[in-house]
Amino acid sequence: MLDSKVPAGPLAEKWSKHKFNLKLVNPANKRKYTIIVVGTGLAGSSAAASLAELGYNVKAFCYQDSPRRAHSIAAQGGINAAKNYQNDGDSVFRLFYDTVKGGDYRSREANVHRLAEVSVNIIDQCVAQGVPFAREYGGLLDNRSFGGAQVSRTFYARGQTGQQLLLGAYSALNRQINKGTVKMYNRHEMLDLVTIDGHARGIITRDMVTGAIESHEGHAVLLCTGGYGNVFFLSTNAMGCNVTAAWRAHKRGALFANPCYTQIHPTCIPVTGDHQSKLTLMSESLRNDGRVWVPKTVELAQKLRKGELKIADIKEQDRDYYLERKYPSFGNLVPRDVASRNAKEVVDEGRGVGASGIAVFLDFEDAIKRLGEDTVRAKYGNLFDMYYQITDENPYKQPMRIYPAVHYTMGGVWVDYNLMTTVPGLYALGECNFSDHGANRLGASALMQGLADGYFVIPYTVGDYLAGLGFAPVDKNHPNFEITRTEVEKRVRKLLSLKGSKTVDDIHKKLGHIMWEYCGMARNEAGLTKAKGLIQELRREFWNDVTVLGENEEMNQSLEKAGRVADFLELGELMVDDALNRRESCGGHFREESQTEEGEAKRNDEDFSYVAAWEYKGEDQPEVLHKEALVFENVKLTQRSYK
Amino acid sequence: MSGNMNLTLKVWRQKNDKTRGKFVTYQANGISSDMSFLEMLDVVNEDLVRKGEDPIHFDHDCREGICGMCSLHINGRPHGPKQGTTTCQLHMRSFHDGQTIVIEPWRAAAFPVIKDLAVDRSAFDRIQQAGGYINVNTGGVPDANGIPIPKIVADEAFESATCIGCGACVAACKNASAMLFVSAKISQYALLPQGQTERYSRAQAMVAQMDAEGFGSCTNTGACEAECPVGIKLTNIARMNREYLGAKILKQVEPH
Ligand SMILES: Cc1cc2nc3c(=O)[nH]c(=O)nc-3n(C[C@H](O)[C@H](O)[C@H](O)COP(=O)(O)OP(=O)(O)OC[C@H]3O[C@@H](n4cnc5c(N)ncnc54)[C@H](O)[C@@H]3O)c2cc1C
Ligand code: SF4
Ligand code: FES
Repeated sequence: MLDSKVPAGPLAEKWSKHKFNLKLVNPANKRKYTIIVVGTGLAGSSAAASLAELGYNVKAFCYQDSPRRAHSIAAQGGINAAKNYQNDGDSVFRLFYDTVKGGDYRSREANVHRLAEVSVNIIDQCVAQGVPFAREYGGLLDNRSFGGAQVSRTFYARGQTGQQLLLGAYSALNRQINKGTVKMYNRHEMLDLVTIDGHARGIITRDMVTGAIESHEGHAVLLCTGGYGNVFFLSTNAMGCNVTAAWRAHKRGALFANPCYTQIHPTCIPVTGDHQSKLTLMSESLRNDGRVWVPKTVELAQKLRKGELKIADIKEQDRDYYLERKYPSFGNLVPRDVASRNAKEVVDEGRGVGASGIAVFLDFEDAIKRLGEDTVRAKYGNLFDMYYQITDENPYKQPMRIYPAVHYTMGGVWVDYNLMTTVPGLYALGECNFSDHGANRLGASALMQGLADGYFVIPYTVGDYLAGLGFAPVDKNHPNFEITRTEVEKRVRKLLSLKGSKTVDDIHKKLGHIMWEYCGMARNEAGLTKAKGLIQELRREFWNDVTVLGENEEMNQSLEKAGRVADFLELGELMVDDALNRRESCGGHFREESQTEEGEAKRNDEDFSYVAAWEYKGEDQPEVLHKEALVFENVKLTQRSYK
Repeated sequence: MSGNMNLTLKVWRQKNDKTRGKFVTYQANGISSDMSFLEMLDVVNEDLVRKGEDPIHFDHDCREGICGMCSLHINGRPHGPKQGTTTCQLHMRSFHDGQTIVIEPWRAAAFPVIKDLAVDRSAFDRIQQAGGYINVNTGGVPDANGIPIPKIVADEAFESATCIGCGACVAACKNASAMLFVSAKISQYALLPQGQTERYSRAQAMVAQMDAEGFGSCTNTGACEAECPVGIKLTNIARMNREYLGAKILKQVEPH
């Protein structure tokens, strides 16, 4: 059932050969095809614009009031590309190699190599669009090294790289909207997928202003709907990020791959209370100069939390710089997953800091002594200001408090080499698919993937599918449109009929706690089994005791939230199933049953070197696991060590 | 660290653009100073939902000051009392116990109210669609380092490009002018070598759309600059005027 369609031949030639072998649609015939693009982040905007330039009719959708507000806008750090402008030994192969290794050998070699190949075109494209990347005094593009990479291959625009890249793609999209080749639907949420004879032929949306539930037909549907980190309630995602489009497609036949692979970023501002609605990322670069520590003993930590001791009262010998102690060669610069897991460990021991005790210190005292406050300000000033703004604590005077937070989801809709899902005509691009980051994503590679998929992959691969279809327009009157639309309406009515005692957020927060506790950084069989039961119970509570106000025929944020949380409740259970199945530690996931004698993550290549793709089988039926074996012909699998 | 406050909110409630709105008073009790302004509204909304009342609708998404989706006129100022922040970045420690806070939507003819505090800013998108881009297709472009751009020029273009499209400049202006927003985009491209070929037609097209959307004219009061959460400068407006004038002088109308 799972054919990855990876072309034969040497790795470096696969993509160019494949492009040549793909069928083409004659330029004059392209306008006979309509392509639906759901989502206008980096993946969706770039895809919609590029396809419209080729001559296809495009309909694009987003839930915000403008395509420019997709959550790609929030990415800070940068975008990787194998330009080797710095002459420091970078190459397509090195970027490929680093990405496969960083993903802990759980991604598909051919996809990753293609990503590295087209990375260089992305930067050219963005510059031509007027994206103001950072430059050196000579006028050439500046690069930095990011996330522990050995080469400087990250392009950036101050701390707002995602914003500038998205506004570039948005401008390309606007150009096509102006030409009439893209019809843009803002404030429209995709609520279902319409299939005819097993092929994707349209979507059902709700107009979030009028409540109108509408069908849209197309010859192909592209899901570019981002990640599902909000299943944890608290994450660095935007409030509206959701799994609904991907999940509805899953229930219509698209396999969902590696759902338990989530990335937990080590340096976020900790939670302050129950009112907290989202978490803010602090750039990882802070670990270059900050030292991570907690008090050595639980007693000292307790006194500190109660305010009986001040930070300055904790003597140097009573501080545990645990990363430096455990990983002398990498110290505070261990990869994201290791830093996160260790923070959780010391907090679980009761040595956490801050009023809640759920945080560790990131201390700049030594850096300020060594470099002077001005140098530290020049390097991190904007981050220190942001921290101060949110916490009211001055990081020049006292250590920052940080804690890991959910940041990115590597899992997603299963796609083949052409980015097509298991539903013919349905594609998934960007964070919403599973394909390129394995079990752990490297910094600055998600922006690269979104734009690679949209600008340089889908324009080729979608044509191959369309060329085989013939020119007939999609039959708008096919009964499946009406059937699916009615199902959506029924579901909306059911949600609106719920008049219990709990709010949707009550349930969402509970779900978040369960996921974080049992399916977060560290997992074990007993915890996951417990979580499964808890989620099932919570789902019953949702459908019996939640309250959803208002009516459909208006802007209704209660209804929007309720629909999304209902889907998260189903996804959450699948994540737990997937985590239960994967009895190995890999990437960001520490499976307690699979560790080395020193307590480090232990991968199990013999039994788990595969993509776990799940098939939906119907309401309350267990999902069925399909395995796509991962074959590594160009890299040698090694166990990561940072001691 | 986290003092608890009791506040009185006067919030604009309006069912849709066809009905008239009014202020409704709510009590927000036990508000921690660590909460963001929008989290304070979340707390009020959770209470409303528990009581079976329709929650206050407002736009928001990223909650970190970058997507431009949040709005809100707070005590007469777009994005509230703190300079250089969006509403979602505003914290309750900027307010004090017992305070009354008046919360209104953006007020501008070109931004009609959709519901409560959410307004329709699609006019901004249409201005961008009229010319806010460089005419270049995907693929076939020169190497990114083919055209060096002096760092100061690139940095200045970047400053203009950081506009988040929130609309506070319009809300702050007594004429509801969109000049700051439009000029920021025009400046970004006018500064960069890639934007030169179409600089005049772009300025013309975007200004024409801005006028068609019903935004007011600019009388140089500078209220926009003062309220812009990301510090877009008035110099952008001066540059836009030059571009627009240039277009008129040259009568250069390239196809768009
Ligand atoms: C704070 C933060 C910082 C980051 N920093 C970096 C970085 O420095 N470098 C890097 O490489 N990566 C970074 N990432 C990751 C990266 O930003 C994202 O993975 C990437 O931008 C996702 O792009 P996308 O196009 O797939 O999805 P998104 O940008 O999330 O877009 C999703 C789109 O889908 C639409 N949508 C969603 N659901 C529906 C629905 N049901 N109906 C209709 N429309 C829908 C939305 O409206 C939106 O337009 C960061 C992420 C975060 C959260
Ligand atoms: S110029 Fe400033 S106030 Fe106006 S839309 Fe842009 S960011 Fe908002
Ligand atoms: S919610 Fe994104 S800027 Fe405020």
